Amino acid sequence: MRYLTDRKRASGMGSAKSGVAHFWAMKVSSVALLLLIPLFVFTFGPMLGAPHADVVAYFARPFPAIVAALTIVVGFMHFKDGVQVLIEDYVHGLAQKVLIILMICLSYAAAATGLFAIARIAL
Amino acid sequence: MADVNRGNRPLSPHLSIYRPQLTSITSILTRITGNALLLAALLIVWWFLAAATSPEYFAVADGLITSWFGDLVMLLSLWALWYHTLAGVRHLIWDNAIGLEIETAEKLGWAVIIGSLVLTVLTVVII
Repeated sequence: MRYLTDRKRASGMGSAKSGVAHFWAMKVSSVALLLLIPLFVFTFGPMLGAPHADVVAYFARPFPAIVAALTIVVGFMHFKDGVQVLIEDYVHGLAQKVLIILMICLSYAAAATGLFAIARIAL
Repeated sequence: MADVNRGNRPLSPHLSIYRPQLTSITSILTRITGNALLLAALLIVWWFLAAATSPEYFAVADGLITSWFGDLVMLLSLWALWYHTLAGVRHLIWDNAIGLEIETAEKLGWAVIIGSLVLTVLTVVII
């Protein structure tokens, strides 16, 4: 006679911990980027090579500034998760952990730098 | 179970044995484009930082990104961005266990390749 339910017996075992958390995070960020990427390409694109004054004036407007900020932050969070899988597939042992930590730090640093720059232009 | 052979078992066929297929090539390209986009993303963050700092610094960053080398990186990245985006849509479809039949998967593969090229040309024309 079993006193535990099937769910109780499975929970915490094997991949029944946080097995889909990484997958789900990438799915959410990918759907968000599906909307953000076209908006970013067609707002940032025309500004590439434009005079400094025009660029600053353009990204002082709410819509281009918010789109750029969101794209950089969500993009780097998506990259952080994606590059982790790449490293896990090809690098093993200590080098794997070091590389993953470095890439996660780089992703947060780049996202913060982008946010700071856009905030400084926009505000 | 005690004398199970753990180290010397035959391996399943690897990349060097399989003939390249559209599905495998489009899959590895998804990974390559996604990770290679780091370069363009860092350049763009640098461009924003320069714009926020001073006109002189902006001239340096903007000059590099719009030089022939920068243009090449940005054009390839634009294609990589559209490719990775369309390939991502393909994965969102596959996640529902739809379109996994070989014929459909190959059609989706061509849609990603041709679609990404069309979108790249369209973007360059519009911008």
